[in-house]
Amino acid sequence: MIEILVILGFPVAGALVLAAVGHRDQASTVNVVVCLATFLSAVALTVRVISDGPLLVLDRLFFVDPFNVFLVALTAFVGFTTSIFSRPYMRIEREHGRLTHARLRLYHSMFQVFNFTMLLALLTNNMGILWVALEAATLATVLLVSLYRTPASLEAAWKYFILCGVGIAQALFGTILLYFAAEKLLGAGGGALLWTELNAVKGQLEPTVLSLAFVFLLVGYGTKVGLVPLHNWLPDAHAEGPTPVSAVLSGLLLNVALYAVVRCKVLVDGSLQTSFAKGLMMGFGMLSVVVAAFLLSRQKDIKRLFAYSSIEHMGIITFAFGMGGPIASFAGLLHMTVHSLTKSAIFFAVGHAAQKTGTQLMDGIRGLITISPAIGWGLVLGTLAILGMPPFGVFASEFLILTTAMREQPWATPLLLLSLGVAFAAVFSRVQPMAFGETTGKQLPHRPAMIPVFVHLAIVLMLGLWIPPFLADWYRQAAKLIG
Amino acid sequence: MTATPLWAQLINLLAAVVLLLAFAMLAQRRVLTLIDLFAAQGLALASSTAIVAFATGQRHLYWSAGLTLILKVALLPWLLHRLIRKLDVRWDVEGLINIPMTMLIGIVLVVFAFNLALPISQLANTVTRATLGIAMASVMLSFLMMITRRKAIPQVIGFLSMENGLFFAATSATYGMPMVVELGIALDVLVGMLILGVFFFQIREQFDSLDLKHLERLKEEE
Repeated sequence: MIEILVILGFPVAGALVLAAVGHRDQASTVNVVVCLATFLSAVALTVRVISDGPLLVLDRLFFVDPFNVFLVALTAFVGFTTSIFSRPYMRIEREHGRLTHARLRLYHSMFQVFNFTMLLALLTNNMGILWVALEAATLATVLLVSLYRTPASLEAAWKYFILCGVGIAQALFGTILLYFAAEKLLGAGGGALLWTELNAVKGQLEPTVLSLAFVFLLVGYGTKVGLVPLHNWLPDAHAEGPTPVSAVLSGLLLNVALYAVVRCKVLVDGSLQTSFAKGLMMGFGMLSVVVAAFLLSRQKDIKRLFAYSSIEHMGIITFAFGMGGPIASFAGLLHMTVHSLTKSAIFFAVGHAAQKTGTQLMDGIRGLITISPAIGWGLVLGTLAILGMPPFGVFASEFLILTTAMREQPWATPLLLLSLGVAFAAVFSRVQPMAFGETTGKQLPHRPAMIPVFVHLAIVLMLGLWIPPFLADWYRQAAKLIG
Repeated sequence: MTATPLWAQLINLLAAVVLLLAFAMLAQRRVLTLIDLFAAQGLALASSTAIVAFATGQRHLYWSAGLTLILKVALLPWLLHRLIRKLDVRWDVEGLINIPMTMLIGIVLVVFAFNLALPISQLANTVTRATLGIAMASVMLSFLMMITRRKAIPQVIGFLSMENGLFFAATSATYGMPMVVELGIALDVLVGMLILGVFFFQIREQFDSLDLKHLERLKEEE
């Protein structure tokens, strides 16, 4: 129990402290220290859950099982590495005059608030609190996306707020319906929204209500996952916000929103005993994969390019969870992990590349390897990893998803293969000239933090070659739960 | 068929008022009147919640009625009024295109909402189940309002009124959500409103207007 309070306590304390001193030069260091502390307590929690099994504490308010514990560790880890990356990055941004001290304070404080909401959404057992946390995450990221206060960033933030606000309102309605169905069995009061309680009686929940609830929940949380056709906010928010924010949006927020969808799917499957939820998730997932893959080649802005790639990958994961079964769910969980690590690594490299060349337009970025081998190779390797080249982990998960699809959903295989091929051609042809050739860049005033990029890619590489037994074990247990 | 008790009639009356106000907001051009309508909707909501609380003896509903009263009748309209004074957009009149058409779409939405709510309200065993369709209809009308508006403040009022509809749905289907969730939702709405307030100033600073037509530059093809 103490671990959970500590995990949630660090970001809250960090947000308060940074709200006071976030404009100082040492603030970025404080940010890193707080994130490190959060990460270490997440590790402690993970160790505890491995040795003792699932935890249900504080009047059943918090619940940790194999499904969310690895996401908690992943979230805290990516939050920590992003804070390392953002140290030199934000310093350079400030010296370029894109940020004032006051906004830097806002940035640091909101970064911690965002971390807190992500961890709260993952750890809570209450479906209502899950909603509240995701809505709070929207609010925190709206402020982060509009940080530069340029017309484009304000527009992106407004679009983000309105679209996700409407989306999340649908999810609230879904939650109300869920509560309505559960209240009959569990009685009024807080118990009827607790996921563990719902899970215990899921077979008796009213199927009509649950299927309607799931439609609203999928549309609502799906907006935050970035599923097509609800994806419009995602590329803008990624492109116009500061790069560390793009990294956490892609690496954390999308995962957590999808986590919410999957938690609901487990309940609906238990109640309906049909493939209703399955079909919806596969449909939305496949549509996202295909549409995003074909939109990739039309992008000019490098951050938009990788934002569309995030939509594509979230589509793949949604499709995998929709397909279900031990192998596909296992692959979906693995893909969540490797996508989150790879995509944030790519954004780290992209952020510094854009700073070096002074533009986010891909035509203006040339010859990165010449000016900075670390950034150039980081981008190339990250791109190869995200495109599913062996031996990276993305290849392993995509391979598992494809082979399962061949067996269980043969119609999907050609679509998936085609989309992956199109995505490969579009992204690689764009990244290749950016990495090699004549250079346009200049030296940066501060050494970029490239260690996170290579740490992430090393983990992704390792997961492609060898999954540690405890991790495989979690994935298997979580996959069994997801069904 | 026994006569419907007075409180049930009152609840139905207030539900009708909520729906009527949703329609009125849909057609209202003036920002200031829009805020008053929103406050009135909040008042109808709070009173109906209080009546449900009285009729069923659900103590915690008094709290949510009080919360609604403070937040949606007093605090949010006050914030909006202040904001409008500061931004000096008091006389903003929106050139709404085709109000009759919007109203017609609204009516279709109401019919749709009632049909959607029918299977659920049959399952509900609350005294307020008849109003579930109305709650859903007002959610959809607010949604329509957000789509048709081109200016920032009316869009936000549409958003807040959608939250009203959702709250109403929660009360009529289940006598309200657990208190901790309701508090969380209220907090989110309030913080969201404050953030938006700051946001309006930034939009104005950048574009000299709160008209959202300026916010349409980020498109796929450039």
